[in-house]
Amino acid sequence: MIEMHEVTKAFGPKQVLNGINLTIKKGQSLVVIGGSGSGKSVTLKCILGIVHPDSGSIKVDGQEVTGLSARERKKVLSKFGMLFQSAALFDSLPVWQNVAFGLIQGKGMKKAEAKEIAIEKLRRVGLTPDVGDLSPAELSGGMQKRVGLARAIATEPEIIFFDEPTTGLDPIMADVINDLIVECVTDLGATTLSITHDMASARKIADRITMIYEGRMIWEGDKKEIDVSGNDYVDQFIHGRAHGPIQMQLLKP
Amino acid sequence: MEVRVNNPLAIIGRIFLSSLAEVGRLSQFASIALIHIFRPPIYWRLALQQMWLIGYNSLPVVGLTALFTGAALAQQIFVGGSRFNAESVVPGVVVIAIVRELGPVLGGLMVAGRVSSAMAAELGTMRVTEQIDALTTLSTDPINYLIVPRLIAAVITLPFLVLVANVIGVLGGFMIGTERLGLNAGTYLQVTADFLERADVVSSLVKAAVFGFIIALMGSYHGYNSRGGAQGVGKATTNAVVSAFIMILLANLIITVIVFGNQL
Repeated sequence: MIEMHEVTKAFGPKQVLNGINLTIKKGQSLVVIGGSGSGKSVTLKCILGIVHPDSGSIKVDGQEVTGLSARERKKVLSKFGMLFQSAALFDSLPVWQNVAFGLIQGKGMKKAEAKEIAIEKLRRVGLTPDVGDLSPAELSGGMQKRVGLARAIATEPEIIFFDEPTTGLDPIMADVINDLIVECVTDLGATTLSITHDMASARKIADRITMIYEGRMIWEGDKKEIDVSGNDYVDQFIHGRAHGPIQMQLLKP
Repeated sequence: MEVRVNNPLAIIGRIFLSSLAEVGRLSQFASIALIHIFRPPIYWRLALQQMWLIGYNSLPVVGLTALFTGAALAQQIFVGGSRFNAESVVPGVVVIAIVRELGPVLGGLMVAGRVSSAMAAELGTMRVTEQIDALTTLSTDPINYLIVPRLIAAVITLPFLVLVANVIGVLGGFMIGTERLGLNAGTYLQVTADFLERADVVSSLVKAAVFGFIIALMGSYHGYNSRGGAQGVGKATTNAVVSAFIMILLANLIITVIVFGNQL
């Protein structure tokens, strides 16, 4: 279970998170939607400790994770897996070592054993074992996302984060990735937090959806309720209208 | 809202304050990196890989620089010395100049040009493509995994490179001295050995280790903290090389004054 209470974060004069309140129950799949620059990625990075919040509380399974020591944070992070927007594969390592990285470095598993698991996870996301020996640079965008997903599930984490999992993919490949995410998450019984502005993806992978705007959560509900939210901001966003209450940020925070 | 004042004094003040802030960030980064050297795990395999990249791959450029510099130095000292009938000082001055100053400084600058830029570009690309964040999510400390092996490798490798540079630099002087300037080979070697003191070699190796630390620190610091895509990585690469050059020359001056400042 993840709980965020009144989390704030500013970069210089720009207030990115403005008092985030968020609860994700065990086994739930929550999708955060919102425009570019609304604070989605920063929210996620605050939970992981990559970005340190200015104030507020973040609890994972009841444990406060803001201000943890490096050792304690490593222990907490062992519960997490993450698929990055750009896949973020290590280009100095072959594909199988990317997938096995968390097993070898994080869990201290022997290379041979980790390689077997990595090949199995690659198979799980629809890639053949020979892909394991390729370099990430030799893969297409869709294959990189699959490898990223294999890496995220390799350690069988309790919590998985998906950062814009379908960005940059064609609609068919995006749907394939969405299906894989749903299958893998169901297999593992993991709690997931995804951020996206792809509504097709949100509808497919979410149990619940919440919308962030100007660093605050402005709506949350079941995914079936999103079309009848009665919230003008949500309506404008899900229908992709240029005109409405949301004024788009043109500059990055 | 911050008010930007365009008064010249205000501009100087802003530059001064931002320079101080940068020094503070660099010192903090160096301290964290040094603390992590003593906090396992140490990735020795990665350190060995870096030693190969820094050391073996830099040998040609360092060797050629030392060879040509030693040879040119011998020629210049011979021309200058001949005005006072002091051609015999060539071996002594060459060995002292090479071992005390030119070997470590030129070797350090050459390696800084090659290695600081490569480190900054690699780490900068990892930063902007979120690979460093990915390390964190995989329960791996990026400082331990990326920075510490580079620091260890550079500090260990640079003294070996400088040792090679010193030998090749003296050899360059020897070749010009005996083949072109007509100096006796046996006498040349004898004078070289007589002039060289243990303190010269030790200071040379200490300088090399310090320069190695600076090279890895600057490459790592600018790469690790780069922002803003390809342009940010390019800027980090340039800043790494320029700051490594300046820091090496400053550190060389400080070490020289400390070690040789009281000698007459």
